[in-house]
Amino acid sequence: MVRLITHNLLACHAKGCNANNFPLQFKDVEIEIREAEFNPDFLRGFLPKIEWKALVDSARQIGDTSLPAEQPEMVDDDFLKSLHHVLLELHIEEGSMTCPNCSHVYPISNGIPNMLLAEHEIA
Amino acid sequence: MSRPELQAPPEIYYGDIEATKYTKNTRNQQIQADMTYRALELLNIPPEEPAFLLDIGCGSGLSGEILTEEGYIWAGADIAPSMLEVALEREVEGDLFLQDIGQGFGFRPGSFDGAISISVLQWLLNAETSHPTSSPPHRLNRFFTTLHSALKNPSRAIFQFYPSSDDQIQLITSCAQKAGFGGGLVVDYPNSKKAKKVFLCLFVGGGGGQQQIPKGLEGEDTEDSKVRFERRRERERTRDRSGKRKSVKDRDWILRKKELYRKRGKDDVPNDSKYTGRRRKPNF
Ligand SMILES: C[S@@+](CC[C@H](N)C(=O)[O-])C[C@H]1O[C@@H](n2cnc3c(N)ncnc32)[C@H](O)[C@@H]1O
Ligand SMILES: [Zn+2]
Repeated sequence: MVRLITHNLLACHAKGCNANNFPLQFKDVEIEIREAEFNPDFLRGFLPKIEWKALVDSARQIGDTSLPAEQPEMVDDDFLKSLHHVLLELHIEEGSMTCPNCSHVYPISNGIPNMLLAEHEIA
Repeated sequence: MSRPELQAPPEIYYGDIEATKYTKNTRNQQIQADMTYRALELLNIPPEEPAFLLDIGCGSGLSGEILTEEGYIWAGADIAPSMLEVALEREVEGDLFLQDIGQGFGFRPGSFDGAISISVLQWLLNAETSHPTSSPPHRLNRFFTTLHSALKNPSRAIFQFYPSSDDQIQLITSCAQKAGFGGGLVVDYPNSKKAKKVFLCLFVGGGGGQQQIPKGLEGEDTEDSKVRFERRRERERTRDRSGKRKSVKDRDWILRKKELYRKRGKDDVPNDSKYTGRRRKPNF
Protein backbone atom coordinates (compact mmCIF):
# COMPACT_ATOMS: atom_id res chain seq x y z
CA MET A 1 0.00 0.00 0.00
CA VAL A 2 2.86 2.43 -0.37
CA ARG A 3 2.06 5.15 -2.87
CA LEU A 4 4.05 8.05 -4.26
CA ILE A 5 2.24 10.43 -1.91
CA THR A 6 4.14 8.97 1.04
CA HIS A 7 7.25 8.05 -0.91
CA ASN A 8 7.62 11.74 -1.80
CA LEU A 9 7.79 12.57 1.91
CA LEU A 10 10.15 9.83 2.91
CA ALA A 11 13.90 10.20 3.39
CA CYS A 12 16.39 7.68 4.75
CA HIS A 13 16.57 7.69 8.55
CA ALA A 14 19.63 5.55 9.12
CA LYS A 15 22.30 6.83 11.52
CA GLY A 16 24.42 9.64 10.12
CA CYS A 17 22.51 9.74 6.85
CA ASN A 18 21.40 13.37 6.76
CA ALA A 19 22.17 14.65 3.27
CA ASN A 20 21.30 13.47 -0.25
CA ASN A 21 19.13 10.83 1.42
CA PHE A 22 16.05 11.59 -0.71
CA PRO A 23 14.27 10.35 -2.75
CA LEU A 24 14.67 6.64 -2.09
CA GLN A 25 15.25 4.79 -5.36
CA PHE A 26 12.78 2.12 -6.44
CA LYS A 27 14.05 -1.25 -7.66
CA ASP A 28 12.30 -4.32 -9.06
CA VAL A 29 8.86 -2.95 -8.34
CA GLU A 30 5.47 -4.52 -8.93
CA ILE A 31 2.72 -1.97 -9.32
CA GLU A 32 -1.00 -2.26 -8.83
CA ILE A 33 -3.45 0.40 -9.90
CA ARG A 34 -6.44 0.96 -7.64
CA GLU A 35 -8.95 3.70 -8.15
CA ALA A 36 -9.25 6.31 -5.43
CA GLU A 37 -11.76 9.04 -4.82
CA PHE A 38 -10.77 12.27 -6.61
CA ASN A 39 -10.44 15.09 -4.12
CA PRO A 40 -9.22 18.32 -5.78
CA ASP A 41 -9.21 20.29 -2.51
CA PHE A 42 -6.92 17.77 -0.90
CA LEU A 43 -4.57 17.84 -3.88
CA ARG A 44 -4.41 21.64 -3.93
CA GLY A 45 -3.55 21.61 -0.24
CA PHE A 46 -0.92 18.94 -0.77
CA LEU A 47 0.83 20.63 -3.73
CA PRO A 48 3.15 22.86 -1.66
CA LYS A 49 4.53 19.79 0.13
CA ILE A 50 5.60 18.03 -3.04
CA GLU A 51 9.24 17.83 -4.14
CA TRP A 52 8.38 18.03 -7.80
CA LYS A 53 11.51 16.67 -9.43
CA ALA A 54 11.58 13.70 -7.06
CA LEU A 55 7.94 12.95 -7.86
CA VAL A 56 8.45 13.09 -11.62
CA ASP A 57 11.62 10.97 -11.48
CA SER A 58 10.08 8.38 -9.15
CA ALA A 59 6.92 8.14 -11.26
CA ARG A 60 9.13 7.50 -14.32
CA GLN A 61 11.08 4.84 -12.41
CA ILE A 62 7.87 2.95 -11.92
CA GLY A 63 6.68 3.49 -15.46
CA ASP A 64 4.37 6.51 -15.35
CA THR A 65 5.32 9.45 -17.55
CA SER A 66 2.14 11.50 -17.31
CA LEU A 67 3.57 14.39 -15.24
CA PRO A 68 5.32 17.39 -16.84
CA ALA A 69 8.99 17.90 -15.91
CA GLU A 70 8.24 21.37 -14.56
CA GLN A 71 5.43 21.95 -12.12
CA PRO A 72 2.81 23.93 -14.10
CA GLU A 73 1.78 27.32 -12.79
CA MET A 74 -1.80 26.81 -13.85
CA VAL A 75 -3.50 24.24 -11.67
CA ASP A 76 -6.40 23.03 -13.80
CA ASP A 77 -8.57 19.95 -13.51
CA ASP A 78 -6.62 17.96 -16.09
CA PHE A 79 -3.41 18.50 -14.22
CA LEU A 80 -5.05 17.62 -10.88
CA LYS A 81 -6.38 14.40 -12.40
CA SER A 82 -2.90 13.29 -13.51
CA LEU A 83 -1.53 14.26 -10.13
CA HIS A 84 -4.32 12.33 -8.40
CA HIS A 85 -3.48 9.23 -10.39
CA VAL A 86 0.25 9.44 -9.73
CA LEU A 87 0.02 10.25 -6.03
CA LEU A 88 -2.92 8.11 -4.96
CA GLU A 89 -3.69 5.33 -7.43
CA LEU A 90 -0.32 3.67 -8.08
CA HIS A 91 0.44 1.16 -5.35
CA ILE A 92 3.94 -0.24 -5.09
CA GLU A 93 3.29 -3.79 -3.94
CA GLU A 94 6.71 -5.44 -4.15
CA GLY A 95 10.31 -4.36 -4.67
CA SER A 96 12.60 -2.15 -2.66
CA MET A 97 13.74 1.42 -2.01
CA THR A 98 17.45 2.20 -1.81
CA CYS A 99 18.91 5.28 -0.14
CA PRO A 100 20.90 7.30 -2.71
CA ASN A 101 23.38 8.29 0.02
CA CYS A 102 24.11 5.33 2.30
CA SER A 103 22.64 2.59 0.08
CA HIS A 104 20.47 1.19 2.83
CA VAL A 105 17.79 -1.00 1.24
CA TYR A 106 14.21 -0.81 2.51
CA PRO A 107 12.38 -3.86 1.16
CA ILE A 108 8.69 -3.63 0.21
CA SER A 109 6.56 -6.72 0.61
CA ASN A 110 2.77 -6.95 0.31
CA GLY A 111 2.77 -3.21 -0.23
CA ILE A 112 4.42 -2.52 3.13
CA PRO A 113 7.93 -1.00 3.27
CA ASN A 114 10.10 -2.38 6.03
CA MET A 115 11.66 0.68 7.71
CA LEU A 116 13.25 -1.23 10.59
CA LEU A 117 16.92 -0.50 11.23
CA ALA A 118 19.56 -2.76 12.76
CA GLU A 119 20.88 -1.58 16.13
CA HIS A 120 24.09 -0.11 14.67
CA GLU A 121 22.03 1.93 12.17
CA ILE A 122 19.91 3.68 14.81
CA ALA A 123 20.74 7.37 15.28
CA MET B 1 -4.19 -9.23 34.45
CA SER B 2 -0.85 -7.55 33.91
CA ARG B 3 -0.48 -4.92 31.23
CA PRO B 4 0.28 -6.16 27.71
CA GLU B 5 3.38 -3.97 27.46
CA LEU B 6 4.91 -5.82 30.42
CA GLN B 7 4.32 -9.24 28.94
CA ALA B 8 6.30 -9.27 25.69
CA PRO B 9 7.68 -6.92 23.01
CA PRO B 10 4.83 -5.51 20.88
CA GLU B 11 5.60 -7.45 17.71
CA ILE B 12 5.51 -10.67 19.74
CA TYR B 13 2.52 -9.79 21.91
CA TYR B 14 0.50 -8.83 18.83
CA GLY B 15 1.22 -12.06 16.98
CA ASP B 16 -1.23 -13.67 14.55
CA ILE B 17 -3.66 -14.91 17.18
CA GLU B 18 -3.77 -11.80 19.35
CA ALA B 19 -3.92 -9.49 16.29
CA THR B 20 -7.05 -11.25 15.04
CA LYS B 21 -8.60 -11.45 18.49
CA TYR B 22 -7.88 -7.78 19.17
CA THR B 23 -9.40 -6.65 15.89
CA LYS B 24 -12.52 -8.86 15.99
CA ASN B 25 -13.52 -8.02 19.55
CA THR B 26 -16.53 -5.73 19.18
CA ARG B 27 -16.12 -4.24 22.64
CA ASN B 28 -12.54 -3.32 21.78
CA GLN B 29 -13.62 -1.86 18.43
CA GLN B 30 -16.06 0.36 20.26
CA ILE B 31 -13.50 1.61 22.77
CA GLN B 32 -10.83 2.28 20.12
CA ALA B 33 -13.38 4.03 17.89
CA ASP B 34 -14.58 6.20 20.73
CA MET B 35 -11.06 7.28 21.64
CA THR B 36 -10.26 7.97 17.99
CA TYR B 37 -13.22 10.34 17.70
CA ARG B 38 -12.12 12.11 20.86
CA ALA B 39 -8.57 12.39 19.50
CA LEU B 40 -9.93 13.91 16.29
CA GLU B 41 -11.91 16.39 18.32
CA LEU B 42 -8.73 17.40 20.17
CA LEU B 43 -6.80 17.55 16.88
CA ASN B 44 -9.06 20.45 16.03
CA ILE B 45 -8.74 20.51 12.25
CA PRO B 46 -11.39 22.85 10.81
CA PRO B 47 -14.31 20.94 9.28
CA GLU B 48 -14.02 20.34 5.54
CA GLU B 49 -10.31 21.10 5.59
CA PRO B 50 -8.61 18.21 3.80
CA ALA B 51 -5.64 16.82 5.70
CA PHE B 52 -2.92 14.20 5.49
CA LEU B 53 -2.54 12.52 8.87
CA LEU B 54 -0.12 10.09 10.50
CA ASP B 55 -1.54 7.25 12.62
CA ILE B 56 1.25 6.27 15.00
CA GLY B 57 1.00 2.60 16.00
CA CYS B 58 -1.87 2.11 13.57
CA GLY B 59 -2.13 -1.62 14.30
CA SER B 60 -4.86 -3.35 12.31
CA GLY B 61 -6.42 -0.04 11.30
CA LEU B 62 -9.27 0.33 13.78
CA SER B 63 -8.32 3.98 14.28
CA GLY B 64 -7.37 4.44 10.62
CA GLU B 65 -10.76 3.32 9.35
CA ILE B 66 -12.32 6.19 11.23
CA LEU B 67 -9.84 8.62 9.69
CA THR B 68 -10.99 7.43 6.26
CA GLU B 69 -14.62 7.65 7.26
CA GLU B 70 -14.05 11.26 8.29
CA GLY B 71 -12.53 12.05 4.90
CA TYR B 72 -8.83 12.13 5.84
CA ILE B 73 -5.97 10.64 3.87
CA TRP B 74 -3.46 8.95 6.15
CA ALA B 75 -0.32 6.89 6.55
CA GLY B 76 0.23 4.51 9.44
CA ALA B 77 3.28 2.98 11.10
CA ASP B 78 3.36 -0.11 13.29
CA ILE B 79 5.98 -2.54 14.53
CA ALA B 80 3.81 -5.66 14.56
CA PRO B 81 3.69 -7.51 11.19
CA SER B 82 0.63 -9.50 12.27
CA MET B 83 -1.34 -6.35 13.03
CA LEU B 84 -0.39 -4.89 9.63
CA GLU B 85 -1.40 -8.17 8.02
CA VAL B 86 -4.87 -7.84 9.51
CA ALA B 87 -4.98 -4.22 8.30
CA LEU B 88 -4.26 -5.48 4.76
CA GLU B 89 -7.01 -8.07 5.05
CA ARG B 90 -9.42 -5.35 6.09
CA GLU B 91 -8.33 -3.31 3.09
CA VAL B 92 -7.70 -0.11 5.02
CA GLU B 93 -7.03 2.93 2.88
CA GLY B 94 -3.87 4.27 4.50
CA ASP B 95 -0.26 3.69 3.41
CA LEU B 96 1.26 1.31 5.92
CA PHE B 97 4.83 1.08 7.19
CA LEU B 98 6.54 -1.58 9.24
CA GLN B 99 8.40 0.65 11.63
CA ASP B 100 9.60 0.91 15.21
CA ILE B 101 8.60 4.43 16.23
CA GLY B 102 11.32 4.37 18.88
CA GLN B 103 13.87 4.36 16.03
CA GLY B 104 12.48 7.67 14.78
CA PHE B 105 10.90 8.69 11.47
CA GLY B 106 12.54 9.79 8.23
CA PHE B 107 9.70 11.97 6.98
CA ARG B 108 10.64 15.31 5.44
CA PRO B 109 9.87 18.49 7.43
CA GLY B 110 6.23 19.52 7.40
CA SER B 111 4.95 16.28 5.84
CA PHE B 112 1.81 15.83 7.95
CA ASP B 113 -1.08 18.10 8.89
CA GLY B 114 -1.50 16.28 12.18
CA ALA B 115 -0.97 12.96 13.95
CA ILE B 116 -2.97 10.68 16.20
CA SER B 117 -1.90 7.70 18.24
CA ILE B 118 -4.36 5.49 20.09
CA SER B 119 -3.18 3.20 22.91
CA VAL B 120 0.47 3.04 21.85
CA LEU B 121 2.76 5.36 23.80
CA GLN B 122 2.94 3.17 26.92
CA TRP B 123 4.79 0.63 24.79
CA LEU B 124 7.76 3.01 24.48
CA LEU B 125 8.41 2.91 28.19
CA ASN B 126 9.95 -0.54 28.26
CA ALA B 127 13.50 -1.28 27.09
CA GLU B 128 13.60 -4.19 24.66
CA THR B 129 17.35 -4.80 24.77
CA SER B 130 20.26 -3.62 26.87
CA HIS B 131 21.75 -1.74 23.92
CA PRO B 132 22.10 1.99 24.74
CA THR B 133 19.93 3.00 21.76
CA SER B 134 17.14 1.03 23.37
CA SER B 135 16.63 2.91 26.65
CA PRO B 136 13.18 4.53 26.94
CA PRO B 137 14.45 8.15 27.16
CA HIS B 138 16.57 7.60 24.04
CA ARG B 139 13.66 6.12 22.17
CA LEU B 140 11.25 8.82 23.28
CA ASN B 141 13.68 11.57 22.29
CA ARG B 142 14.24 10.17 18.83
CA PHE B 143 10.55 9.59 18.39
CA PHE B 144 9.40 13.07 19.45
CA THR B 145 12.22 14.91 17.66
CA THR B 146 11.60 13.25 14.31
CA LEU B 147 7.81 13.53 14.74
CA HIS B 148 8.07 17.22 15.53
CA SER B 149 9.94 17.85 12.32
CA ALA B 150 7.53 15.66 10.28
CA LEU B 151 4.57 17.84 11.32
CA LYS B 152 3.69 21.13 9.67
CA ASN B 153 3.66 24.35 11.65
CA PRO B 154 1.14 24.91 13.16
CA SER B 155 -0.42 21.52 13.87
CA ARG B 156 -1.10 19.02 16.62
CA ALA B 157 -0.37 15.45 17.61
CA ILE B 158 -2.84 13.72 19.95
CA PHE B 159 -1.94 10.59 21.90
CA GLN B 160 -4.35 8.54 23.96
CA PHE B 161 -2.28 6.28 26.19
CA TYR B 162 -2.22 4.31 29.43
CA PRO B 163 0.43 5.63 31.80
CA SER B 164 1.04 3.52 34.88
CA SER B 165 2.67 6.22 37.02
CA ASP B 166 3.24 9.96 37.31
CA ASP B 167 6.92 9.34 36.62
CA GLN B 168 6.04 7.93 33.22
CA ILE B 169 3.93 10.99 32.42
CA GLN B 170 6.78 13.20 33.57
CA LEU B 171 9.31 11.39 31.37
CA ILE B 172 7.06 11.52 28.31
CA THR B 173 6.13 15.18 28.64
CA SER B 174 9.71 16.27 29.29
CA CYS B 175 10.96 14.42 26.19
CA ALA B 176 8.17 15.97 24.11
CA GLN B 177 9.06 19.44 25.39
CA LYS B 178 12.73 18.92 24.67
CA ALA B 179 11.77 18.05 21.08
CA GLY B 180 10.06 21.44 20.76
CA PHE B 181 6.43 20.55 21.39
CA GLY B 182 4.07 22.66 23.44
CA GLY B 183 0.85 21.40 24.97
CA GLY B 184 0.08 19.06 27.80
CA LEU B 185 -2.19 16.45 29.29
CA VAL B 186 -5.98 16.28 28.96
CA VAL B 187 -7.73 13.87 31.30
CA ASP B 188 -11.33 12.93 30.51
CA TYR B 189 -13.61 11.77 33.33
CA PRO B 190 -10.78 11.93 35.90
CA ASN B 191 -13.06 10.75 38.69
CA SER B 192 -14.45 7.72 36.96
CA LYS B 193 -12.42 4.58 37.36
CA LYS B 194 -13.92 3.05 34.24
CA ALA B 195 -14.23 5.98 31.85
CA LYS B 196 -11.04 7.89 32.71
CA LYS B 197 -8.90 8.51 29.64
CA VAL B 198 -5.54 10.25 29.31
CA PHE B 199 -4.66 12.26 26.19
CA LEU B 200 -1.33 13.94 25.54
CA CYS B 201 -2.01 16.95 23.30
CA LEU B 202 1.12 18.23 21.61
CA PHE B 203 1.33 21.45 19.64
CA VAL B 204 3.76 22.43 16.93
CA GLY B 205 3.94 26.22 16.82
CA GLY B 206 0.70 27.52 18.24
CA GLY B 207 -1.00 24.19 17.55
CA GLY B 208 -3.57 25.89 15.37
CA GLY B 209 -6.44 27.82 16.89
CA GLN B 210 -6.18 28.83 20.50
CA GLN B 211 -3.00 27.96 22.29
CA GLN B 212 -4.31 26.75 25.62
CA ILE B 213 -4.67 23.07 26.35
CA PRO B 214 -8.25 21.84 25.80
CA LYS B 215 -10.34 20.90 28.82
CA GLY B 216 -10.95 17.32 29.84
CA LEU B 217 -14.52 16.02 29.94
CA GLU B 218 -16.16 15.89 33.34
CA GLY B 219 -18.76 13.83 35.10
CA GLU B 220 -19.78 10.40 33.91
CA ASP B 221 -19.16 9.03 30.46
CA THR B 222 -22.65 9.44 29.05
CA GLU B 223 -22.19 10.79 25.57
CA ASP B 224 -20.87 8.97 22.55
CA SER B 225 -17.75 10.80 21.28
CA LYS B 226 -18.68 10.10 17.69
CA VAL B 227 -21.99 11.87 18.18
CA ARG B 228 -20.31 14.78 19.93
CA PHE B 229 -17.53 15.05 17.36
CA GLU B 230 -19.92 15.06 14.41
CA ARG B 231 -22.33 17.47 16.07
CA ARG B 232 -19.50 19.91 16.67
CA ARG B 233 -18.34 19.63 13.08
CA GLU B 234 -21.89 20.14 11.87
CA ARG B 235 -22.14 23.30 13.97
CA GLU B 236 -18.89 24.68 12.66
CA ARG B 237 -19.80 23.75 9.15
CA THR B 238 -23.00 25.76 9.22
CA ARG B 239 -21.17 28.64 10.83
CA ASP B 240 -18.60 28.69 8.07
CA ARG B 241 -20.64 29.21 4.94
CA SER B 242 -17.60 29.70 2.76
CA GLY B 243 -16.40 26.18 3.58
CA LYS B 244 -16.50 23.71 0.75
CA ARG B 245 -18.71 20.70 0.93
CA LYS B 246 -17.29 17.27 1.55
CA SER B 247 -16.87 15.16 -1.53
CA VAL B 248 -19.76 12.79 -2.01
CA LYS B 249 -18.89 9.14 -1.40
CA ASP B 250 -19.85 6.68 -4.08
CA ARG B 251 -22.27 3.82 -3.65
CA ASP B 252 -19.65 1.06 -3.47
CA TRP B 253 -17.78 2.85 -0.76
CA ILE B 254 -20.92 3.24 1.31
CA LEU B 255 -21.94 -0.39 0.83
CA ARG B 256 -18.51 -1.57 1.91
CA LYS B 257 -18.55 0.59 5.01
CA LYS B 258 -22.07 -0.51 5.93
CA GLU B 259 -20.98 -4.11 5.66
CA LEU B 260 -18.08 -3.29 7.94
CA TYR B 261 -20.36 -1.71 10.53
CA ARG B 262 -22.67 -4.71 10.44
CA LYS B 263 -19.70 -6.99 11.00
CA ARG B 264 -18.67 -4.78 13.87
CA GLY B 265 -22.04 -5.45 15.42
CA LYS B 266 -23.76 -2.12 14.91
CA ASP B 267 -27.46 -2.81 14.68
CA ASP B 268 -28.67 0.53 13.43
CA VAL B 269 -27.12 0.37 9.95
CA PRO B 270 -29.78 1.25 7.36
CA ASN B 271 -30.75 -1.41 4.84
CA ASP B 272 -29.28 -1.06 1.37
CA SER B 273 -31.71 0.17 -1.24
CA LYS B 274 -31.68 1.60 -4.72
CA TYR B 275 -31.30 4.98 -3.05
CA THR B 276 -28.07 4.07 -1.28
CA GLY B 277 -25.29 6.42 -2.29
CA ARG B 278 -27.49 8.49 -4.58
CA ARG B 279 -26.80 12.14 -4.72
CA ARG B 280 -29.26 14.08 -2.62
CA LYS B 281 -30.46 17.58 -3.19
CA PRO B 282 -28.80 20.00 -0.87
CA ASN B 283 -31.33 20.83 1.81
CA PHE B 284 -30.54 24.36 2.82
C1 LIG C 1 -3.46 -1.40 21.49
S1 LIG C 1 -2.78 -1.44 19.87
C2 LIG C 1 -3.56 -0.02 19.11
C3 LIG C 1 -3.69 -0.12 17.62
C4 LIG C 1 -4.54 0.96 16.97
N1 LIG C 1 -4.00 2.29 17.20
C5 LIG C 1 -5.98 0.87 17.48
O1 LIG C 1 -6.47 1.86 18.02
O2 LIG C 1 -6.59 -0.17 17.33
C6 LIG C 1 -1.12 -0.92 20.15
C7 LIG C 1 -0.27 -0.93 18.89
O3 LIG C 1 0.97 -0.26 19.12
C8 LIG C 1 1.96 -0.89 18.35
N2 LIG C 1 3.30 -0.57 18.85
C9 LIG C 1 3.81 -0.82 20.06
N3 LIG C 1 5.09 -0.40 20.15
C10 LIG C 1 5.40 0.12 18.93
C11 LIG C 1 6.58 0.69 18.38
N4 LIG C 1 7.71 0.79 19.09
N5 LIG C 1 6.54 1.13 17.10
C12 LIG C 1 5.41 1.01 16.36
N6 LIG C 1 4.27 0.48 16.83
C13 LIG C 1 4.26 0.03 18.11
C14 LIG C 1 1.60 -2.36 18.51
O4 LIG C 1 2.22 -3.16 17.53
C15 LIG C 1 0.08 -2.32 18.39
O5 LIG C 1 -0.36 -2.50 17.08
ZN1 LIG D 1 20.66 6.56 3.97
